[in-house]
Amino acid sequence: MTSVAVTPARSRRSVGARVWAFVKHHALTVYALLMVGYLMLPIAVVILFSFNRPAGRFNYVWEEFTFDNWLHWNAVLGIQDAIITSLEVGLLATLVATVLGTLIAMAIVRHHFVGRGATNVLVFLPMSTPEIVLGASLLTLFLNTTAIFQLGFVTIFIAHVMFIVSFVVVTVKARLVDFDRHLEEAAMDLGANELTTFRKVTFPLLAPAMLAAALLGFALSIDDFTITYLNAGATQTFPVFVWGIARVAVPPQVNVVASAIFLIAIAIALGNVLWQYRGAKSDKGAA
Amino acid sequence: MGTFFHRHRGITPYFLLAPGILWLAIFFLIPLVFLGYESLQSGLFPDFRFSWEFSNFSSGISDYHQQFVRSFVYAGIATVACLLLAYPLVYWIAFRAGPWRNLFLLFIVAPFFVTYLVRTLAWLNILADEGPVVSILRNLHVLGPDGRLLATTFAVVSGITYNFFPFMALPLYVSLEQIDERLLEAAKDLYASPTQAFLRVTFPLSAPGIVAGTLLTFIPAAGDFINAALLGTPNQAMIGNVIQSKFLESLDYPSAAALSFILMGLILVSLLVYARIVGSERLTG
Repeated sequence: MTSVAVTPARSRRSVGARVWAFVKHHALTVYALLMVGYLMLPIAVVILFSFNRPAGRFNYVWEEFTFDNWLHWNAVLGIQDAIITSLEVGLLATLVATVLGTLIAMAIVRHHFVGRGATNVLVFLPMSTPEIVLGASLLTLFLNTTAIFQLGFVTIFIAHVMFIVSFVVVTVKARLVDFDRHLEEAAMDLGANELTTFRKVTFPLLAPAMLAAALLGFALSIDDFTITYLNAGATQTFPVFVWGIARVAVPPQVNVVASAIFLIAIAIALGNVLWQYRGAKSDKGAA
Repeated sequence: MGTFFHRHRGITPYFLLAPGILWLAIFFLIPLVFLGYESLQSGLFPDFRFSWEFSNFSSGISDYHQQFVRSFVYAGIATVACLLLAYPLVYWIAFRAGPWRNLFLLFIVAPFFVTYLVRTLAWLNILADEGPVVSILRNLHVLGPDGRLLATTFAVVSGITYNFFPFMALPLYVSLEQIDERLLEAAKDLYASPTQAFLRVTFPLSAPGIVAGTLLTFIPAAGDFINAALLGTPNQAMIGNVIQSKFLESLDYPSAAALSFILMGLILVSLLVYARIVGSERLTG
């Protein structure tokens, strides 16, 4: 009898303690999921409103579901040209910046030379300067040298290479530090000359880091507004186009393009995550 | 041959550096010189001439001190908000998410995959007067019947917070993820409570991430003008808005250049102050 009377009390206490422990342990999980909701909310809104048929000029209130915006994504004057410009600038600037940045990273990691500290500072500075100052100073250069530079595609390209280079250096440097130089020495011992060693050993080992740097650079380029806007003249990239049209009314086609960019980027990133999982699994299997 | 080899080795790094460093020198360093030159000019568009016009700086401060203060206050609040919002999330990812880590990191960077301007415009939808958030808050009487979220300081600061959140979360994650869990076990073995273990082990070890995240968030936030332009009114204008419109609308280049310089100087000063605080904390800690 007494044991019966005691047991519920004891179990109630332990249930209470367990609930408390559960809440304490899972509060953080609940918070994490709420934060994911917060981070995803605007993205969901962008995608959702790409399927909206707005009543008036403004695409702020949900009216009716439609595929029309996706089918006629280029129905808005100027949007297609802006996207083409964005892609062209992005590809060209990324290519040039990846090469320049990789060379700087190789010099910094592998060589000791006079001015190494200054080089590090020069690479770091653009990343720690507000975009408005980067854009403004470049604009004053172009305004004072109109004989050489006219604002447009070329000045956008120059600006993008300038701000991407530093990010490439940082990304490739991180990889080069772990680079096993014995592999190159082995290749040289086996009779490969410097060019063959670079082609067959160094470059393949660096390629993943260069690809990662290039993807980051391309993402930065295609998303940049502030620096581009100041140095674009009459040329429009996609963000500059959005800025111009936002003052009038944003058509749902802008959401379509942004959604498409998002889905492509997320597909690449997810592919990378899955690939890492597979790699981790096969490593475990081997062990 | 030997001397040639040595000389060649000495020159190699400069060959590697030359193209990239020249690019940065011509299109980053020299433009700063031009910015300085422009900031000391006087006159009206398009006839500016160099005249050591230091009054551009003094009038820049006296005319726009409000926008400067606003930029630093907004950026400061947004940075603190990012830190408070990010820390528990990133802590959970680093220590509790297990195999889901990479997926949740993807959630953190996902906003970067949506064009900056478009994701800011999405907040316009969310915070709109006819939107769900405002109507809920009005029903709960948090907002008055005519209360708005859009075109307020709240909208601008929360836009900045959202847009720069990954800059805080990622370095924070890197520093938390590197913590050796055996240190936490050791703390437990030495009878530290979970709170003590957090305060004495985890938190100090995450300090580099907090410092890096704070810088990466604060610097771009202080120069931002997109959130103030899209989510605010002229009453929320930051210094970036002024610089941008002076360059592209009122074509007052000297004054815009002077304001850019003042912004850079103020950020530099606040970085030095911050380094001082962080450094002295490390000394006492």
